[in-house]
Amino acid sequence: MTTQILIAGFGGQGVLFAGKFLAYKGLLEDRQLSWLPSYGPEMRGGTANCSVILSDDPVGSPIVSKPDVLIAMNLPSLDKYENDVVPGGEIYVDSTLIARKVARTDVKVYYVPSTQLAKDIGAPTLANMVMVGKLLKENAAVSYDNLEAALKKVVSARHQDLMEINLKAINTGYNY
Amino acid sequence: MIVFQKPKSLTDAELHYCPGCTHGIIHRLVAEAIDTFDVEGKTIGVAPVGCSVLAYNYFRCDMVEAAHGRAPAVATGLKRALPENVIFTYQGDGDLASIGMAETVHAATRNENITVIFVNNAIYGMTGGQMAPTSLPGQVTQTSPYGRDVKTAGYPIRMCEMLSALDGPEYIVRVAVNNVKNVRNAKKAIEKAFRNQIENKGFSLVEVVSSCPTNWGMTPQNALKWIDENMLPYYPLGVYKDRSGQEAAK
Amino acid sequence: MSEKVLMKGNEAIAEAAIRAGCRHYFGYPITPQTELAAYMAKRMPKIGGTFLQAESEIAAINMVYGVAGTGKRVMTSSSSPGVSLKQEGISYIAGADLPALIVNVQRGGPGLGGIQPSQSDYFQATKGGGHGDYHLIVLTPAGVQEMADLTALAFDLADKYRMPAMLLADGTTGQMMEPVVLPEEQIHTVEKPWAVTGTGMKRPHNIINSLYLKPEELEEMNFARFRRYAEIEENEVRYESFLMEDADVCVVAFGIAARVSKNAVVAARAEGIKAGLIRPITVWPFPKKALACAADKVKGFVSVELSMGQMIEDVVLATGNRRPVMLCNRAGGMIPTPDGVLDSIRKMNGGAEL
Repeated sequence: MTTQILIAGFGGQGVLFAGKFLAYKGLLEDRQLSWLPSYGPEMRGGTANCSVILSDDPVGSPIVSKPDVLIAMNLPSLDKYENDVVPGGEIYVDSTLIARKVARTDVKVYYVPSTQLAKDIGAPTLANMVMVGKLLKENAAVSYDNLEAALKKVVSARHQDLMEINLKAINTGYNY
Repeated sequence: MIVFQKPKSLTDAELHYCPGCTHGIIHRLVAEAIDTFDVEGKTIGVAPVGCSVLAYNYFRCDMVEAAHGRAPAVATGLKRALPENVIFTYQGDGDLASIGMAETVHAATRNENITVIFVNNAIYGMTGGQMAPTSLPGQVTQTSPYGRDVKTAGYPIRMCEMLSALDGPEYIVRVAVNNVKNVRNAKKAIEKAFRNQIENKGFSLVEVVSSCPTNWGMTPQNALKWIDENMLPYYPLGVYKDRSGQEAAK
Repeated sequence: MSEKVLMKGNEAIAEAAIRAGCRHYFGYPITPQTELAAYMAKRMPKIGGTFLQAESEIAAINMVYGVAGTGKRVMTSSSSPGVSLKQEGISYIAGADLPALIVNVQRGGPGLGGIQPSQSDYFQATKGGGHGDYHLIVLTPAGVQEMADLTALAFDLADKYRMPAMLLADGTTGQMMEPVVLPEEQIHTVEKPWAVTGTGMKRPHNIINSLYLKPEELEEMNFARFRRYAEIEENEVRYESFLMEDADVCVVAFGIAARVSKNAVVAARAEGIKAGLIRPITVWPFPKKALACAADKVKGFVSVELSMGQMIEDVVLATGNRRPVMLCNRAGGMIPTPDGVLDSIRKMNGGAEL
C-alpha cells in the first residue's frame, strides 16, 4: 500500500518539520518513503509545501500530485490542492485559519482548530504537530507507534527540551 | 674559480624569450631562491598564460600550467593539498591584474601561503602588444593606437598599492630588473618571498617591473631606460607591506 | 553494513564523497545545492580536510584543478549557472587528463533561469560543455541512494580513466530525503605517477598541462584520449531496464524524470498497455546498445525530459531512426506528471509517425 501525503501552508508553520516527523517515523518502521520539500523563497514566509510518500513498495515519483491525504494549514493551500485529492481521500483543515468548508463530498474531512488548540496549550508554533496528532488518530497508514523515537530524530539535539511540548501538541490533536 | 653558473633548478631547455627580454633574469632569480633554500624537490610552480606560458619547461621542479589568470586559484588547490610543499606562481600583468584580478585579490586576502611572482611590463607580449591593465596613460599599443586614453580605457592599476590595503597578505613588494642594483634588490625580495612561505608566514607577492623591447618597439637598452623614465615614476619601487617585518620593528 | 539513515540527496553526496576519500572541496553558494557545501563546511575541518568557499565558481574549479594535479581526490558542486562558469576549468582538467568530480544539481535556464529542478544541462554535460574535444563520465542519480552510490563510483571511474566525472542531479534529487545506506569508507590505491607532488630530486619533473603547440602532437593527444573514451563506451555503460521484456512502448528517462515515468509505466500496464522503461544511469557513455536492441522490438519510444528535448537526440541516434521517438517534456523548472507521461505512452501505443 502507498500513502501520498501533502502538507501545505505558510512558510514558518512547520510544514516541512511535520513532514520530516512522518518520514522519520516511516524510517523507524522500515517502510519505503520519500520526503520532498518545496524550496526557495517560500522559506521566507510565502507558501510552503511538503510531499511525503509512505509505501510498502519502492517509491516511484517523490512528487505528490494526487494526494491521499491533504493537510491544509491555510486557505490558499486548501484552494490550491482541494481538487487534487483522490476520491475517498482525507483532508485535514486548520479551522482556526480557514473559515470555509471543503466543497468536495467524495472525501473525508477533519476540521481541527489546530492553531487555537496549539495556543491553548502554550505552544502557538505547534499547530503543525496538533494536525499530525489528528492524522495519527484517523489515518490507517500511520499509527501512534514510535512517536517519541521519531520525534527525537527531528527535534534537533540542542532543542531536546522541546520534546515534551511537541508530544503534548501531538496528543492534543490525537485526542481532539 | 667559477664566474658564472646556471641555477640548478633551471632545466637545460633553451629559453624562447625575445632578445633583451627580462623574463630570463627573473626566471634565474626565482631559480636561485629555490636553490638557496634547497627546496627544488618539494617545489611546484604554476605557469600562467602569457609570454611565460612555457615556464614549465624551464624550471626543473614539478610544474602546472594554469588557465589564464587562474594561477593563484590553482596554487591554492596545490597548497591546500600539499601544505608541506613550496608553491609559487609566475604571472604577467594581463594574467594577474586583468583576467585574474579576483583570484589574485582573494588569494591575498586569504593570506594563502604561496609565493607570487608578478612580472609587470605594461603590455600583452605573447599576443603581440595589446594594452595591459598596467599600460601607462598615453602608452601606444596595438589596441590603444592613439595612446591609452584614460577617459575611455581607465587608469593603470597599481597592484602593490591596492593589495597592501588588505589585512590579509604578508608581504607585498615592488622591484625592478633594469639595472644591477635593482636586480640585486629583486633577488633579495624574491628570496624573502620564498622564505616567508617556508616559514609559514603567508601570501607574498613580488611585482617585478620589467621591459618588453619587442612590443615597446625599442632597443633593449632604451627599454631599460624607459623603465626608469616612465614606469618607475608611476610604479614606485619599495616594500608596500611586510607584516611580520613591521611587527618585529615595533 | 552501515545503518539506514534519512538524508537529503545533497547531503548524501557530501557524505559519500568523504567516505570515498575526498578531503578537498571548493565551491561557491548557489541554490539548490547549498546543503552540500554546508555539509562539507561542517565536516571537512573535523577530518583534516579542506572546505573553501571560493571567490567564484571559476576560482573553485581551478582550485579543483590544482588539487587534482596532486592526485588527491577533489570535488566541487554547483547548479546550472555556476556550472557554466566552471566550463573553462573543466576543459583544462579534461585536457590535462586529471580525475575530479563535478556535481551539477540542475535548475531551470537559460540565463539566471529559476531555482526549480531541470535537466536542461544535458547537452552541456554530455557533449563536452567547454571548448575542445572531450567528454566527462556523466552519472545521473534518480534517488538519494544513488546520490551516494554514484558519487563513490564517479571518483573510482575518474581515477581509473584519468578524467573528470560529473554527477548530473537536479533540484528534486538534491532536496528530497529518502532512506539511504551510505557506502563504506574506502581506501583507494590507484597509482598516480603523473601527479605533481614535488620531484623529491628522485625523478624528472612532472608537468600538468593541456598546451601542445605542435598540432601533430595535440592531434595525437586527442586520438589517445578518444581511444580511452572508446574503452569507456565499451565497459562503463550503466542503465536500468524496467518491464522491457515484452514492451511495445519504451519510455526513456533519467533522474527524476525516470521516477515519474516509472509510475506512468505501471499505470499503463494496469490498463493493458505493454510499456517499459530504459533508465540511463550513465548518459555519457549513453546506453546506445540497449536502445538499439529495444528498437528491434518496440513500436516506439517516449523520451521524458525536464528540458525542451535534449536526450531525445541521443535516443534517435542510438535507435538509428528506425522507430518513432516522441518527446514528453516540461521545462523551466516544471516536472512532467505521471498522467502526462501515460498520455504519451497511450499515443505511442496507438501508433505514431516515424
